[in-house]
Amino acid sequence: MKGFGQYILFLGTMVVRMESFKTYYKLILDECIQIGVKSVALVALVASFMGAVTTVQTAYNMVSPLIPRYVISQVVREMTILELAPTIIAVIYAGKVGSSMAGGLGTMRITEQIDALEVMGINSASYLVFPKIVASLLMYPLLVIIAGVSSMVAGYLVGGATGIITPADYVYGIRFYFDDYSITFAMIKSVVFAFLISSISSFKGYYTQGGALEVGIATTAAVTTSVIAVLSADYLLAQLLYVR
Amino acid sequence: MLKVKNINKSFGGRPVIQNISGEFDKGKTNLIIGSSGTGKSVLLKCIVGLISPDEGNVFYDLRNFTDADKEMKAEIRREIGMLFQGGALFDSKNVESNVMFPLEILTKMPTDEKLDRVNFCLKRVGLENVNKKMPSEISGGMKKRVGIARAIVNNPNYLFCDEPNSGLDPQTSMVIDDLIGEITHEFDITTIVVTHDMNSVMGIGEKIMFLYKGNNLWEGSNKDITHSGVSELSDFVFSNKVMRGLRGDS
Repeated sequence: MKGFGQYILFLGTMVVRMESFKTYYKLILDECIQIGVKSVALVALVASFMGAVTTVQTAYNMVSPLIPRYVISQVVREMTILELAPTIIAVIYAGKVGSSMAGGLGTMRITEQIDALEVMGINSASYLVFPKIVASLLMYPLLVIIAGVSSMVAGYLVGGATGIITPADYVYGIRFYFDDYSITFAMIKSVVFAFLISSISSFKGYYTQGGALEVGIATTAAVTTSVIAVLSADYLLAQLLYVR
Repeated sequence: MLKVKNINKSFGGRPVIQNISGEFDKGKTNLIIGSSGTGKSVLLKCIVGLISPDEGNVFYDLRNFTDADKEMKAEIRREIGMLFQGGALFDSKNVESNVMFPLEILTKMPTDEKLDRVNFCLKRVGLENVNKKMPSEISGGMKKRVGIARAIVNNPNYLFCDEPNSGLDPQTSMVIDDLIGEITHEFDITTIVVTHDMNSVMGIGEKIMFLYKGNNLWEGSNKDITHSGVSELSDFVFSNKVMRGLRGDS
């Protein structure tokens, strides 16, 4: 509970004694490139494999001839939009971006770079962490969209190439009974997950004490805590947002 | 002038500095010396506000920094430059951007003027043509010089140096010491250096505060330090073989 209280206070310190808009604008753009643009290839690759595997596995498990083949792509669509794109990519994002945030801030802490900012009268939490969180909130939903598209395109290509499902059936299944609330749901999830991963990872890194070993421990703690928080939030959001 | 009054600080119930008072003069290199673990760095962090003291006050030219409001603290901090033990240069910025950083954040100077000031400070610390190098591409001594350039770029009234010689060879240490001394006199600033290096003590210690187990045990200059009459200080000073040789010990 003490850690949770410290986390809440940490979030509060970010929005006091802030620097100028111009300063944050540059920092946020830099972070968007670091954590967003540089993650596109990995996210697209992982999501493509997820889509391809989901297509093959769904087809393999559909043994009844009474079930039409377009159901395969319908399953791929639902799984991708509701779970695979926002949640599984969040785990990948925590591993790549969360660890980088915690490691970077932890190193800044133990090499006194954060102290240097404080001595200059700069609110280090606000200067260093606020842009990371804002950039995450902006970029992660875009990564989820890229993941969703990549997954479904990969399913289409693999389905067609292996003869599991015809391209026409695949497209029909993707469109069949599509509820656009799924997209809203995925976007709400992605914003919540982006906030959790970036803020928890930054918190773990910012309060690192000691040396290189502790930076490693903080980085591991950042990833594990973020993943647990994401999975817990996934369940809570499912409970909350499916009540319609 | 900078003054500390009755500073106390404990960590986990263990007192680290106890009731320390003293004055640090303007235009002089003031040293805080003592063995490892005596609270030198903690005192320095209390002075610059990185740690809040449990009791006591720090006065920057009669302005009470400890009890100051946010605006006053920000104003005083604009007058502070600090050199950290490892340089504390920002890894993601090159030398030029590191030195320019305080100007970017704290002033509204035009870019040309900022660049001129950066080049002047880098030249002053003996570094030229390294503007575009990253901190990982320069030596430890150069990092300290860049750190000094960054500390003085904003024309500070107070310069703080935490163990400026740590990790440096004796020759480079002397260069850094001389540089700190020269800058202090040239810009007439109040400089406080935390060190346990006897070369620094004898070289630039115009005013010295000796800490022992968190207490201020002695104050004086490098001229008086060898005949202070304080046994703990003598043990500290003459723990160095060169100093023992100067005393005539075999």
